[in-house]
Amino acid sequence: MQDLGISILFKGTNFLRLLGGLWTTVKISLIAVLISLPLGIILGLLMTSNSKFIKAVCRVYLDFIRIMPQLVLLFLVYFGATRTFGVNLSAFTSAVIVFVMWGTAEMGDLVRSALISIPKHQYDSAAALGMNSRQTFRYVILPQTVRRLLPPSINLITRMIKTTSLVVLIGMVEVLKVAQQIIDANRFEYPTASLWIYGVIFLLYFLICWPISLLSRALEKRWAD
Amino acid sequence: MNSDVLLEVKDLVKKFDDDTILDGINLSVHQGEVVVVLGPSGCGKSTLLRCINGLEPIQGGGVYLDGVTIDPGAKNISEMRQKVGMVFQSYDLFPHLTIMENITLAPRKVAGRSKEDAEAEARQLLERVSLLDKQDVYPRQLSGGQKQRVAIVRALCMHPEVMLFDEVTAALDPEMVREVLDVMLGLAAGGMTMVIVTHELSFARAIADRVIFIDGGRIVEEAPPKQFFTAPRTKRAQEFLNTFTFEDKDSQDS
Amino acid sequence: MDLEFIHKYAPLYVEAAGLTARIAFFGIVFSLIVGVLCGFIRHFKVPVLQRIVGAYIELSRNTPLLVQLFFLYYGLPKLGIMLSSEQCAVAGLTFLGGSYMCESIRSGLDSIEPIQTESAYSLGFTPVQTMRYILFPQALAVSVPAITANMIFLIKETSVVSAIALADLMFVAKDLIGLYYQTDEALLMLVISYLILLLPISIISSLVERRLRYAGFGN
Repeated sequence: MQDLGISILFKGTNFLRLLGGLWTTVKISLIAVLISLPLGIILGLLMTSNSKFIKAVCRVYLDFIRIMPQLVLLFLVYFGATRTFGVNLSAFTSAVIVFVMWGTAEMGDLVRSALISIPKHQYDSAAALGMNSRQTFRYVILPQTVRRLLPPSINLITRMIKTTSLVVLIGMVEVLKVAQQIIDANRFEYPTASLWIYGVIFLLYFLICWPISLLSRALEKRWAD
Repeated sequence: MNSDVLLEVKDLVKKFDDDTILDGINLSVHQGEVVVVLGPSGCGKSTLLRCINGLEPIQGGGVYLDGVTIDPGAKNISEMRQKVGMVFQSYDLFPHLTIMENITLAPRKVAGRSKEDAEAEARQLLERVSLLDKQDVYPRQLSGGQKQRVAIVRALCMHPEVMLFDEVTAALDPEMVREVLDVMLGLAAGGMTMVIVTHELSFARAIADRVIFIDGGRIVEEAPPKQFFTAPRTKRAQEFLNTFTFEDKDSQDS
Repeated sequence: MDLEFIHKYAPLYVEAAGLTARIAFFGIVFSLIVGVLCGFIRHFKVPVLQRIVGAYIELSRNTPLLVQLFFLYYGLPKLGIMLSSEQCAVAGLTFLGGSYMCESIRSGLDSIEPIQTESAYSLGFTPVQTMRYILFPQALAVSVPAITANMIFLIKETSVVSAIALADLMFVAKDLIGLYYQTDEALLMLVISYLILLLPISIISSLVERRLRYAGFGN
């Protein structure tokens, strides 16, 4: 029944199981984004501080996290932490830790570049109007920073969702793992299952990430100077 | 007089969507003549120059150089554009090329001349505009006035039959305007055929053989410069000239 | 730290790094070719084709490479399209990287003022000459920082190819951890291998970016 391969999706709870698997990675992404957001803002502010030492420490952290493939970071935490610190981290916890570390670095860099992109004359003209530094930050700098920050931050969510697909490689049961199980179980009944199932997963990811990308781009366009 | 008409614009109509920018322009430019086009902003004078150089598709009439149509859709458009030199308001030098490369690229790649030949002529022209020492620098290291002088040299090096100038001093600091206008005066004295759009009225008066006044996409008045500036026939030209003059403070108070 | 272990198994990493580098190299080269073609189509708004390229870019940028690879490696054979693991990896990387390169090239082309084209035309350049001598060199200079960032991104992305049975760096590290429990050593060599692959490009790209940003042509 070659041409009916797609019907495997509607057999039993297969489709629901796939969605459940997808939810695992999306859940990790959302948790990671929620924690990275405040941490990233703190990191970004630290990176614009005047202390050379703090700046250097942040720089090293940021550069290391950004130059390493996220999968390497996952391996370091998942395999390395057990051995080095004697704690046995579940794949889920490891994934959350890694994606928070990564998200914080990315968010921190976004905050930093948004802050330094505000031209100096904005501070000068606020001062010329008699604002103190708190008022300047609250009424002049912050609103502009948020506008510059929001589109790439929303975009970070799609990057996060795409990247969390890696957790299957440290043995987590998520959408790709569920897919393998379904395909294996139906090997003889549905020989073309892998085409359909992986095709559907491809589409599912697209359907999740695309609207978020569109939102990010729409905001960017609206707020373009 | 008709025998030496070089450039002819006949019933030219230019529209952007439903907006008519040029509404039936007729203009003949003779060999060696300098025509200055004046008019309020948005009157279509820059569009006229762009149509003459085939940069804009037109909706009616035609532009002819030596009797040959300049049509942006035609096969010979690159050839025709080589015969028409143009200098724009914004500095349009190629930022990734040195001054020498800016000037010699078109003669070499478009006209197929040798590097030595093109560079020798470029050096001669640069000498004339006192920029020979800048031949190896990049455009961003030049002042606005220097850039415009190079842009003029770049166009000249293609041996155009007619030169178009589109408000070439409008973006310049006041103290740099003169050096560019002097180059243009030199060209006029050398017999170059030129069509100039400008807001420098005293310059227009000094260089023009004929003044064309455009308003609302039509030629409203056409006269020798002396007559145009001292006794314009039409009301719109009078109003236009008045916007450039201020009364003394004393006479206002009285 | 077991130095003997490191000494014994380092050659495995060298070999695996070679595979990673090879896949990345071909992926980047093909991505650039796809990117230049698509970038031109997007910039010049070529009818019909620009729609297709637009759809490709959305698909490519909104799905994970890992899922693209699973589809290529396990799905496509059912349609009779058989690719080796390595071909799949290069194809997947190209599918992903092409869209990133396209956007970098397009934004380079978009950044050039229309007056550049017009003044080239007014000197008699044909559209092809204008592209070759005037627009493309300028666009490339604007695009270079984004292109090198994409290269680093693509090298990092190759880390998932172990999922389709390629013996890359991740594969070797995981193997050694599974077989000998020498986790520290295996991971250390993994990190060092990636640093050796990525640091030089990263340093060069930040130097190039600084040069382009602060100097531009002629300083």
